[in-house]
Amino acid sequence: MAWLVVRLAISMSLLYTASAVFEDQVGKFDWRQQFIGKVRFALFDTHSQASKKLLLATDKNVFASLNSRTGDLFWRHVDKTGPEGHIDALLMYGQDAVVVVGNGRLLRSWETTVGGLKWETVLDTGSFQAAALVGVQDFVKYVAVLKKSAISLHDLSSGSEIWVENLPDSDSVQYQTIYSGGNGLVLVLGVVPNSHIVIVEYKIEDGEIMNKKSVEAAWMSSLESSCAVVSSGILLCVDQITQSLYTLPLQSAEQTEMRQIHLQTLDLEVVSGFRPVLTSTQPNPAQPPLSEFFLQLSPDHHILLQFKDGLIAPLRDFNPAYLAAFATSGERTVAAVMSPKNDTACSINLFSADTGRRHLDTTIIYHMDPNGGKPNRLYVHAFLKKDDSVGYRVMVQTEDLALTFLQQPGRVVWMREEALADVVTMEMVDLPFTGTQAELEGEFGKKADGLLPMVLKRLSSQFILLQAWLAHLWKLFYDARKPRSSVKNEVTIDVLSRDEFNLQKMMLMVTASGKLFGIDSKSGTILWKQYLENIQPNSVFKLIVQRTTAHFPHPPQCTLLIKNKDTGLGSLYVFNPIFGKKSQISVPALPRPILQTLLLPVIDQDYAKVLLLIDDQYKVTAFPSTKNVLQQLQDTASSIFFYLVDSSQGKLSGFRLRKDLSTELIWEVVIPTEVQKIVAVKGKRANEHVHSQGRVMGDRSVLYKYLNPNLLAVITESTDTHQERSFVGIILIDGVTGRIVHEAVQRKARGPVHFVHSENWVVYVYWNSKFRRNEFSVLELFEGAELYNSTVFSSLDRPHPPQVLQQSYIFPAPINTLEATLTEKGITSRHLLVGLPSGNILSLPKLFLDPRRPEMVSEQSREENLIPYAPEMPIREEWFINYNQTVSRVRGIYTAPSGLESTCLVVAYGLDIYQSRVFPSKQFDVLKDDYDYILISSVLFGLFFATMISKRLAEVKLLNRAWR
Amino acid sequence: MAMIRVLSLVLSVLSSVTLLWTQSGECNNGRRSADAVDTDFSGFSVPLEHSFEVDDVPRFRLRGALQFRGGREQGVYLSQNQLSEKDRNTLKDVAAVDGLYRIRVPRVSLQVDRQTEKQSEGYLTTFVRACSLVESHLSDVITLHTDVSGCVVGISIVTIPGSCRGIEVEDEVDLEVFNTTISVVAPVTAPVPETAPYIERMEQEMEKKGKNPQEQKSFFAKYWYLILGGAVFLMATSSAQTPPGGASEQS
Repeated sequence: MAWLVVRLAISMSLLYTASAVFEDQVGKFDWRQQFIGKVRFALFDTHSQASKKLLLATDKNVFASLNSRTGDLFWRHVDKTGPEGHIDALLMYGQDAVVVVGNGRLLRSWETTVGGLKWETVLDTGSFQAAALVGVQDFVKYVAVLKKSAISLHDLSSGSEIWVENLPDSDSVQYQTIYSGGNGLVLVLGVVPNSHIVIVEYKIEDGEIMNKKSVEAAWMSSLESSCAVVSSGILLCVDQITQSLYTLPLQSAEQTEMRQIHLQTLDLEVVSGFRPVLTSTQPNPAQPPLSEFFLQLSPDHHILLQFKDGLIAPLRDFNPAYLAAFATSGERTVAAVMSPKNDTACSINLFSADTGRRHLDTTIIYHMDPNGGKPNRLYVHAFLKKDDSVGYRVMVQTEDLALTFLQQPGRVVWMREEALADVVTMEMVDLPFTGTQAELEGEFGKKADGLLPMVLKRLSSQFILLQAWLAHLWKLFYDARKPRSSVKNEVTIDVLSRDEFNLQKMMLMVTASGKLFGIDSKSGTILWKQYLENIQPNSVFKLIVQRTTAHFPHPPQCTLLIKNKDTGLGSLYVFNPIFGKKSQISVPALPRPILQTLLLPVIDQDYAKVLLLIDDQYKVTAFPSTKNVLQQLQDTASSIFFYLVDSSQGKLSGFRLRKDLSTELIWEVVIPTEVQKIVAVKGKRANEHVHSQGRVMGDRSVLYKYLNPNLLAVITESTDTHQERSFVGIILIDGVTGRIVHEAVQRKARGPVHFVHSENWVVYVYWNSKFRRNEFSVLELFEGAELYNSTVFSSLDRPHPPQVLQQSYIFPAPINTLEATLTEKGITSRHLLVGLPSGNILSLPKLFLDPRRPEMVSEQSREENLIPYAPEMPIREEWFINYNQTVSRVRGIYTAPSGLESTCLVVAYGLDIYQSRVFPSKQFDVLKDDYDYILISSVLFGLFFATMISKRLAEVKLLNRAWR
Repeated sequence: MAMIRVLSLVLSVLSSVTLLWTQSGECNNGRRSADAVDTDFSGFSVPLEHSFEVDDVPRFRLRGALQFRGGREQGVYLSQNQLSEKDRNTLKDVAAVDGLYRIRVPRVSLQVDRQTEKQSEGYLTTFVRACSLVESHLSDVITLHTDVSGCVVGISIVTIPGSCRGIEVEDEVDLEVFNTTISVVAPVTAPVPETAPYIERMEQEMEKKGKNPQEQKSFFAKYWYLILGGAVFLMATSSAQTPPGGASEQS
């Protein structure tokens, strides 16, 4: 045992390399950005004047507190995904924030300064309708939660339930809102659509029903969307069909029907097709709401109205105005209104709520991002200045989920791009050369010049290079004298250029909301952003790099295929990945649903790779489709194959391109859907390089790898989900010939399956339903001791099936995502990057996933550096590449090679984004940071002088001897 | 149905052993007529079709019949007819233009009891370059892949050798008879983590360790000589250092 352990330890210390970072390396080449998602509720802490807290609840089930001065997170709580963690309501009173979570399942109170949980109460089942703070005698003491069939009252300080009452006739009446004006009663309002409104009054102390009445309202379908409570308990509703407002005193006994006020009498009109919205404000839950309210009549028409003595009077008409919101500071309530100023800017002004008069010098100019979306939410933070006038700041949320925090007179205090909380796909593109480098490159682009101009040109460009180098040296010298912090200059698009080892790249991120980002991988700075309007929420994206930066003077070119998931109809968006500008290239129209895309290595005369789009009639559209491209396609048509997957029918089919850009079916594999369904198909990455053709074994023979670039890994799951009969299938198919290379079944297993397909191996993770654990399995394919054809690989000429080796291991943690490292030449050993639900990224050496790990250690396996088989895969803390910078809900990991063979760039994305570098075989081609240059050079110089001196001495001695 | 008649006609020309199979094959092909079902309990056959056309539009013709033996050991046999003069010429022409030689089989289940349940639609197709088939003198390897339930999910064909070197095949005889190796491959069961042998091995190690008395010795028992030696050395050095001090004082 002991010798085994010792040997294991030795072999490991020799072979794998710890990828953990040292303390002083933290943040040196990695960064993390934390996001929260689309804001649903936002409340400013108005408890004290100096408070900087901003509480937010989002659609990603995140509850967070932001510093309103900087936009940084104070704290963040990430709840479960899906409806279980859905935040239904957010209420705030003083230091406490009350949150209803999971469709009324939990009621929680948070301490807002540090984000600690004060109490949590499990509520009775029933779908959530509304929640409200309830106050008695100017003091808020309770929180009321309305469910579909019950109402409960909880103590605000302890969460204990005061009482819970069933609602009368809850099967016919839809109870939707709660109102409390601080007079000892809680009113529950319900509606029977197109019939009447029901109002039930509960006594706060014991939940006794004090009064119950119903009022005719045949026009009403929903209380929530069309009504508001104003003044001292007046229910105010608006109806667009009758173009009227309706009022009803909630607690009066005499009035038994709603009073109708035609909008015409107020000279108002609702735009047809628009649902009018009423906005009222209740600054203190223990007091009745204000009598002023906003009525929105069209998307850009708001009006401030006042209810007084049963009459409605307009205070101020805001036309045009996009957004309007109330805010209260102390005793004073103000209204902020955003109106368009010109095409690119909006102005926000402050008005006093009770008179509608404009406050002087309160204009904030909001400049709309031309590449962004329109503003759609306005949150106002009002505060009293020293001279007792009202000051304010606003937070604007736009359609593209950007949060902008502004203060007078329009200074952007901070900005958050919350679209990045939902990254769908990404790519990394090399940065372009600097002007001088490009100059040198450009020399090779042109040919037609004569000999002498070429020489002159070369000389001039070399001179420019020399000049640039000297300038660079001077800058280095100059910067070295300054303290380090001040040297750090801002990254902008203009200074972007490729660094020596190509470690800095442009990250292109496509988000679910349809916003594209170009991010500098070194610092995480957003260099450009572009919001694509009219993106359906169920769209799928595919990002393709058609031309890299290597083809100066042609700009790099990326194409985004946006496809509607339901109809399959797609569109192309072509842009320059460095500057984010839309390309002027004409894009082919895609009238038919797109089934498959194929990026060919064929390039057109402008060095753009050709993209083939296959539609549902198996017709092929080429992009770009110049004459040159079509000619090349015709020439190579017979060697262009592609595959289609129809998982609903379990069909995999292969096609070959014909000269006229039509296609022919050449192979078909059908996996019966009654037994198993295809869940995923993956080929290999096109930019992957494999350095060694084989593995040297212990006896010095070579085991050649089966490196089929056309190989597809197909993962299936059984339709039978019984734990004894369920299975996961893995089929390796050649994408050209349709030949099934290997077919294996993992019994008593089920998904979700994560897998990586690379080189000659496939690694997949599944859930073992028998032992209830996650397991890793690795498949490796070898040609054997001899290569069939060592010069070139052709799927059409490889008759012998490969040898397949497989081994499985227990993995002691669940897995979110899986990816493999990638390096420039493929010399560096590979690691697997495993995204764990805890937010850690584990860098697992592929060495541990080797089907040739022997059961018993032999001389040969030791020679080959094989680790003896152990069924359990270790997880070591030092393998976490992101130390404590966890990535919440990690959904994908992207790896890209850098110019250094040892280094692989890694981006993990989910709710957060984390960028780092990994060195799977340590930095074998880089000198360490703490490399002692002085020692080495002093030793060198010392030796040099020592030789000089000793040589001189030797000469003198020889001379002396000769004289003797 | 017309196809089946053709099949039986063709097959009846074949040798007597094959004829026996043809009988059962015919039974199975006519399984929609209920009369002959009982006689077939051990096997059935499906047609294997091929297509090679100069214009590359597939027109499938019968190549032979695949006969499956049901039950425990799943065997498959292929009975096929010779290529006609015309076919040989077409194949050579197709090879000359680098056309494809395609084959297909209907989707079937190899589990005999499931045959009657459901007749799956469609075919499974694959191809090989016609030139490689010609150059290999019609020696090909056909593999049928099944899923866990015994349904054929895919077919593959390779020729040995698989390359196209442009060698002219002069001898007509070489292109008459197929030299086919056929097999059915079912999915292999992937291994699970082997905990039992590992634990066993660990226990063996423990036992070995238990038996070996050298391992059990205590720290002092193992290294007493080193410790003793060290102690003696320390004492010797400390005692050796004092006299010089004294000596210097004396002088």
